[in-house]
Amino acid sequence: MPQPLDFATLQPVIVLSVWTCVLLLLDVFLIKRKSITAVLTAFGLALTLGLTFMQVGASNDGFSGMVVQDGFSTFINALQLVGGLLGVAVAHAYIKRTGSERGEYYTLLLFSVIGMMLMAQSNDLIMVFIALELLSIPLYVLAAFTRNTESEEAGIKYFLLGAFSTGFVVYGIALVYGATASTNLHEIVAFASSSSPSLLLTIGAALILVGFAFKVAVVPFHMWTPDVYQGAPTAVTAFMSSGAKVAGFAALLRVFSVAFPNISMDMAPVLAAISALTMIVGNIVAVSQTNIKRMLAYSSIAHAGYILMAFVPYGDAQVSADAIASGLFYLVAYMLTNFGAWAVVIALETKSGSGLELSDYSGLAKKYPAIAAAMTIFMLSLIGFPPTLGMVGKFYLFRAALQGGYTTLALIGVITSLVSAFYYLRVIVNMYMREGDPTPARDLWLDLTWSITAIATVVVSLAPQFLFVLASTAVMLK
Amino acid sequence: MTIDLLLFLTLALVAVATALGMVTSKNTVYSALFLVLNFATVAVFYILLGAPFIAMSQITVYAGAIMVLFLFVIMLLGTERLNSANILPWQRPLAIILAVILTVEAGYLLIFKSNPTAMVNAPDASINTIGSLQSLGMALFTDYLLPFEATSILLLVAMVGAIILSKQDKNEKGGAK
Repeated sequence: MPQPLDFATLQPVIVLSVWTCVLLLLDVFLIKRKSITAVLTAFGLALTLGLTFMQVGASNDGFSGMVVQDGFSTFINALQLVGGLLGVAVAHAYIKRTGSERGEYYTLLLFSVIGMMLMAQSNDLIMVFIALELLSIPLYVLAAFTRNTESEEAGIKYFLLGAFSTGFVVYGIALVYGATASTNLHEIVAFASSSSPSLLLTIGAALILVGFAFKVAVVPFHMWTPDVYQGAPTAVTAFMSSGAKVAGFAALLRVFSVAFPNISMDMAPVLAAISALTMIVGNIVAVSQTNIKRMLAYSSIAHAGYILMAFVPYGDAQVSADAIASGLFYLVAYMLTNFGAWAVVIALETKSGSGLELSDYSGLAKKYPAIAAAMTIFMLSLIGFPPTLGMVGKFYLFRAALQGGYTTLALIGVITSLVSAFYYLRVIVNMYMREGDPTPARDLWLDLTWSITAIATVVVSLAPQFLFVLASTAVMLK
Repeated sequence: MTIDLLLFLTLALVAVATALGMVTSKNTVYSALFLVLNFATVAVFYILLGAPFIAMSQITVYAGAIMVLFLFVIMLLGTERLNSANILPWQRPLAIILAVILTVEAGYLLIFKSNPTAMVNAPDASINTIGSLQSLGMALFTDYLLPFEATSILLLVAMVGAIILSKQDKNEKGGAK
């Protein structure tokens, strides 16, 4: 039977789940006052964030080894909760403006955050699977939330390919269970270290990798990303491009470094190839995009490639700790920058859904210098230009790749970053050097989102050691 | 033993026949009903193999719940009769090629790789009792309690999502829908 300690390991998740269910009921009575739902959602997320901070330093497993609570999960959970808060902030005015304001938007977002948190804490492949579904299903619905043709198309595409990728994960889990007679990550590694290497385990791990590769959108499993990111309501895109990616990488990292260190020799070349391909394809295809949503979609694909670089040497005990810390650091940098950039995109999108072409950014700097300055910071950070978080993050990533002995990979990273400068700078050129008449929507929450993320992107980069030390303490319970 | 064998052979014939009937039937309602019968026969296979719980879930979940949903959708959409124009042109040759590959593969395994003298271990008799159900329940509510509860949230989310996507919005009333 579960003991009180079991519940303590999952306390933030349980509190947030109860809060979400209450909010689901409460929302029915808040007709015409959906702003209250938004505030209550933000309160629930902030409360959970507080509870998560109280857990810093705890390291336990609970519910018969189904979940763990360690530095790694606390770090990811805090990041996801901040992402949820930003997701509420950018959505509030946007869904009112597009005429799709319904309270369920917030409850679905909360359910998705719960799934993401469970994903970071899962210590059993069955839990990984359920958490994956719990985070994905609300996102499928949110993608189709505004219910115009593009949004519905995005929803159905995301759903079909998501279901397909889940099939890969489940098949992989079944094969791993067949090879090791367990779904618990610790028992899998115990079995794998005491027996001869089995092809079945490698195939199972590879299939799990394919499933997660769909979720984090790396080449060649990225086809859905531009269409879904473009068609989905922009506020949803902002949330899912950061949250789902962080959750996917968290699960990938935990499953591979806890359960499959023995087959890292087989996996590392595959990971390196995927990472290189993703950086090249994502950045080169982004160059030809004229729609800002599609451009950012390809940019998010490219960044998944950079992050994956940190995971390539996961089996090398000497460098893996540093590499994982670099990956976590970059996830933080990516989440802040990405949310900020999407917040600016949301501000410039008009009610009818136009204002999303790169040419619509012309002349922004003259009329609204603050927004233009913030967007400049985000673009520079995405390139990896000092003094921004993106530059520091890329520095750590390339260092991790070099330490792991993947010089070619680091080289590809540097070259593709140079390529990426072309399309990111184009936005800046449009804003500062072209004439135009953009009219961004102003809203307190949205303004706060892009200004806070812009300030954080610069300020944290001036003293990055602090965040890196924090990421280094986020170790996994093995 | 012979009764078991007779039972198996009869059911196997029924299973293959219903599967063929499902694929070849031009009327989708008939196809669905063939599939129900196929699920039921497979459920009896599970009982023969000593897995009564799986047999029961097969009947309640697949032959019951899911097939009722299938029939509902077929009848709601009014697609009882298949439109022959919708058949993809490359489907038939592709299906033939794949079927040939599968047959050759299965034949190769049966003829060259099978080991006719090997013993097949019958499942432990203790599995085939009500006690196995009891231990299944115990496992579900102790070791697997958390996945069980998380699944309940998952189902709630799916329900909420389905309602949101199908509910008509107030703003859209009087529109084309």
